Amino acid sequence: MRRLLAQAVLILALSQAAMAGQITVKGSDTMVRLCQRLAEEYMKGHKQTVIQVSGGGSSSGIAALINDATRVCASSRLLTDAETRIAETKGVKVHQVVVALDGIAIYLHKNNPIVDLTLGQLRDIYTDRITNWKDLGGPDRQIVLYGRENNSGTYTYFQKQILGGEDFADRCEPLPGTASVVNAVAHDVNGIGYGGIAWATTIKYAGIKVNDSAQAVLPSAANVSDRSYPISRELYFFLNGEPTGETREFIDWVLSSAGEQVVVESGYVPVRAK
Amino acid sequence: MTPYQFKPKSRWREFLGEKFIALNAFAALIAILLIFVFIFKEATPIFTSSEVQKEASLNKMTFKQQFQPDKPSKWSWQPNSDRPKYSLWPLFLGTIKAAIIAMLFAAPLAIGAAIYSAEFASRRMREIIKPVIELLAGIPSVVLGFFALIVLATFLQDLFGLTYRLNILNAGIALGLAIIPIIFTVAEDAMNSVPTSLRDAARALGANPWQVSFTMVLPAALPGIAAGVVLGFGRAIGETMIVLMASGNAAIVSASFVDSARTLSATIAAELAEVVFGSAHYNVLFFIGTALFVFTFVVNLGGELVLQRLKIRFQGKLS
Repeated sequence: MRRLLAQAVLILALSQAAMAGQITVKGSDTMVRLCQRLAEEYMKGHKQTVIQVSGGGSSSGIAALINDATRVCASSRLLTDAETRIAETKGVKVHQVVVALDGIAIYLHKNNPIVDLTLGQLRDIYTDRITNWKDLGGPDRQIVLYGRENNSGTYTYFQKQILGGEDFADRCEPLPGTASVVNAVAHDVNGIGYGGIAWATTIKYAGIKVNDSAQAVLPSAANVSDRSYPISRELYFFLNGEPTGETREFIDWVLSSAGEQVVVESGYVPVRAK
Repeated sequence: MTPYQFKPKSRWREFLGEKFIALNAFAALIAILLIFVFIFKEATPIFTSSEVQKEASLNKMTFKQQFQPDKPSKWSWQPNSDRPKYSLWPLFLGTIKAAIIAMLFAAPLAIGAAIYSAEFASRRMREIIKPVIELLAGIPSVVLGFFALIVLATFLQDLFGLTYRLNILNAGIALGLAIIPIIFTVAEDAMNSVPTSLRDAARALGANPWQVSFTMVLPAALPGIAAGVVLGFGRAIGETMIVLMASGNAAIVSASFVDSARTLSATIAAELAEVVFGSAHYNVLFFIGTALFVFTFVVNLGGELVLQRLKIRFQGKLS
């Protein structure tokens, strides 16, 4: 309904005049919901500006930015070397703004004696190389894997970042949402799961170590925003050159406390530590 | 009072009315045909497009594939991967295993209840049992699924000490709850439709109620009971929400009935919403839909044919 309203507003405004500003935001499917909420909130206070949000994936957003088909590109990854080269040849100076941080927590049952895991262990657990908690110093019980359905952005991110592109173990049980994963791990003393970092009442978080000798870091908004928590990524806006005019106003608003409020409500971590 | 005189006012109105009603009847038939055609159409690239066949050919969906040189070949459903894997075996096996558990749980209960209700229960008792069991059919499957997910899964895990909380046993029992009313209704009807003359004949020969039921009525109604079981099986194969919520949805090939399983129907429900339109993955999901359609259609048709023949046998005519 709100989207419909936003579209209605858009059409009305488009018909009014070209001088009414229009900002297009295109790119990451992961960020579509975040961008839409940012746009809606922003347009409430700035009636003269219209923001049109569309998805299609980070790659298509970057391509659109390079081809001057969008003002703002939303992306959950940096440009590849090839994309940077194309941008340079086309004279596009890519300006990068980090709008939010996305941290993935590892859930364990509260009675699980394991406290922290290394990234390597995590990969071995989810690719079926480690199948028993005793190999990690826990009790002699099989590890039960919980994950997300394969259409989830979190699934893809975890697969790329943690598993290095390998497939999840076949026996990993895919669940429809973060809440389901939390619920499953809360009911299963042998369970392990992954998902967003705002659900810690019925389960416990595993501390994550980059390697064996490193310090374990717990997932928290502060640890994600100072980049000490290893399983997190930056979510970007890319622009062609420094933003000006109403685009600048929008970007500044996104980074203000009002924008950060929307970021938090959307399940992400704002850039500045709280 | 003048007697009511039936005098058709306009012939063409009746003609139109009749044709309209006939059209309604055929609408269902046409809908089924169209549904099949459109689902199958979306699956055809598997047979025609070499681009799609590189990822998902009939061969790749059926037989073991070797994905890495150092690992043994296996059946694997990993559609979102650097190298997509579309083996249907884990899904097919999961579907069959869940349906088998459901049948083992539901058939004895439903048939037992049907025998009691049709043969032994007092009229009053019967008027309670029948609606209550049929009420079970009115419970939305999502509610049964939720029950299995939250309550039944924990109960079964504690009872049997299972490794996996969400598993086929859990999903199968919840599925069984959904098909009990189907088997019960059909089986009970079959036993009730055994002509009274046969019962009377048996009683006249001195058979007690137990003998009447088990040597006379039950054998006569057996095809009907079998049809009920078959129809229940068709429902168990196609049912989606319960297995999606209760089975854990991990696509694995194993002989165990306490492992997790991903069924064909749950795969479509979970993956179709986000799949890239026109991709091999999309075509494979529609292929699964076609297979499910054909399978449940044949099973249901078989059940209906048996019932039809039973009616002819008892009543000497189609009704």
